[in-house]
Amino acid sequence: MLQIKNLHATVDGKEILKGIDLAVNTGEVHAIMGPNGSGKSTLANVLAGRDGYEITQGTILYNGQDLSKMAPEIRAREGIFLAFQYPVEIPGVNNIYLLKAALNAVRKHRGEPELDAVEFLALVRDRMKVVAMKDDLMSRSVNEGFSGGEKKRNEIFQMAVLEPALAILDETDSGLDIDALKIVAGGINQLRNRERAIVLVTHYQRLLGYIVPDFVHVLADGKIIKSGDRNLALQLEEKGYDWVKQETVAA
Amino acid sequence: MNGTAIHHYLAEYHRREASNNTPWLQEQGLAALEKFRNNGLPTTRQENWKYTDIGALARTGFITADARHNTIEHHRLDAVRIKGLDCYELIFINGQFSPTHTRLEGLPAGVMVESLGRSLPNPSATVREHLNRYADNDNYAFTALNTAFLTDGTLLVIPANAVIEKPVNLLYISNRQDQTLVSHPRNLVILGANSRATLIESYIGLDKAEYFTNTVTEILAGEGASLEHYKIQQESERSFHIGSTHVTQQKDSRYVSHSISLGGALVRNDITATLGGNGSETILNGLYMAGDRQHVDNHTLVNHLQPNTRSEEYYRGVLDGHARGVFNGKIIVHKNAQKTDARQSNANLLLSDNAEVDTKPELEIYANDVKCSHGATVGQLDENMLFYLRSRAIDEETARSLLTYAFADDVIRRITLQPVRDRLEYSVIGRLPDASLIREFV
Repeated sequence: MLQIKNLHATVDGKEILKGIDLAVNTGEVHAIMGPNGSGKSTLANVLAGRDGYEITQGTILYNGQDLSKMAPEIRAREGIFLAFQYPVEIPGVNNIYLLKAALNAVRKHRGEPELDAVEFLALVRDRMKVVAMKDDLMSRSVNEGFSGGEKKRNEIFQMAVLEPALAILDETDSGLDIDALKIVAGGINQLRNRERAIVLVTHYQRLLGYIVPDFVHVLADGKIIKSGDRNLALQLEEKGYDWVKQETVAA
Repeated sequence: MNGTAIHHYLAEYHRREASNNTPWLQEQGLAALEKFRNNGLPTTRQENWKYTDIGALARTGFITADARHNTIEHHRLDAVRIKGLDCYELIFINGQFSPTHTRLEGLPAGVMVESLGRSLPNPSATVREHLNRYADNDNYAFTALNTAFLTDGTLLVIPANAVIEKPVNLLYISNRQDQTLVSHPRNLVILGANSRATLIESYIGLDKAEYFTNTVTEILAGEGASLEHYKIQQESERSFHIGSTHVTQQKDSRYVSHSISLGGALVRNDITATLGGNGSETILNGLYMAGDRQHVDNHTLVNHLQPNTRSEEYYRGVLDGHARGVFNGKIIVHKNAQKTDARQSNANLLLSDNAEVDTKPELEIYANDVKCSHGATVGQLDENMLFYLRSRAIDEETARSLLTYAFADDVIRRITLQPVRDRLEYSVIGRLPDASLIREFV
């Protein structure tokens, strides 16, 4: 589904990604771990197509198509979803209307009929349960006045409605207390299935205690320096990132 | 240029003199005309007009509208009226009162809503006492011009303790006539002690007509009185609109203004609010949107004369194309006005590289125990918000429209009167690309 080859990318002219290779297949959950500043969030933003993130070398293929040629909204319609590390507040734009427009844009792109208000509301009611969304969030502006935990839940709620093929979750666990973490992780687990790939970008192992990844990759200084299964995450937790770095240098 | 304009308006005055049926006002009219003759029209050399060049207005020989210009096809009014608004209504066509379209059934006893022009020949004591008392003919050239040409407009008198629940809607409609017209509507609004009312002034242009509206509204809010005042400016894209609102407030009164400026080629709105009584309060909300080569200038002056007075001002502007916006918000806290609380904010969104805005807050404080704050911003659409929307499958253009709408709506949603709010939201969205998509969001 996703083929990243020798990806180099710059932000404001500064090279952050320095040759990433990664293959993600349908149904797989990949965790990208790494210390602060290693390029994790840059990778997530490059995949979603944020302005200012420039690919200088290498390729990203998504279902065989060159992702770099697609506008962010086209990527979204093709099934890519980014759960933001810092979901932005948009006063005056209603949460639910945005979601309806988003879903219908995706459906239209796929050649499916748009949902009317009644069908959409039924779907929303159903998906709210995934992350135990409160009713009042429906009448509010996008993320406005939400607590940190509510914002992250709202991202997963959006994912539950939009049903992406590839979900990139950028530090979705950061800033969550243990109760909120359990709700968010529980929601992600419910959305895990054989048709969907999930890329979890995270600094800490603790999220992976709830969501067991198929693959773990360690990103340092813009490169994946080690890949393995869930045990790699446990080793990292125990020994720290320096251990992998030293091991890489030694090798 | 100014000489020509002065000459033109003097000639217009004398041309109409014969039909003037208000001898008791003549002296005030002549005095105002004399002021206009001496001061002329403002130029950009004057601080208050630095960014607004009225050259094109001064060069046009507008003919003063009269009773002959009172024609409109009946069905066109339906499009102009505010849908779902249960209100008392007076309609003026090119500044001329149109009695057949009046809606005043069920007006509470003692409340007066009528054509000012019809009350001028036999004025009540109230009209004699208050008309031309709150307007500032010395410092506002266009107000002096309005006073000189004063023939019609609206008289609204709310007696003490009266509450009128339904809003009073004044529709000033201009359409295409065989001449390029100027009208000088004059509104006098007197609120007795502890009375309450809602007033809507709508200025609407049809047929892409070219004309000039020079309007003045004088308001006295008596002790404990409360007025919610809407000014909706949707003049034609080729028109000139100069409007001044002069408000005088007594003790514990409250004046709330929503000034929404969407139309016109050259627009200037002045509001002067004088907090002349202890504990009085002024709230000024404003929105201006301009595109193409529109020019819209909002000047406000809040005078805190007495202690414990409060003012809060919130204006937003959206400028696109080659449009130019001007905001000048002046607050004067006089020596006596201790414990004044004055806040002001102006935010502007520039949607094009060729759009421009000049914003200037001015504070003059002569008291020592006051709270005053002001802030002005000029910016573009937020890139993070745009990306967030696009990452949710929304087209870039739609996302831009949506964020622009949300920015403007921050002013409109302060409007409590739902039909007015709906109408304005509809109009604002109508200006944006992808209007039909945006409508689904609201």
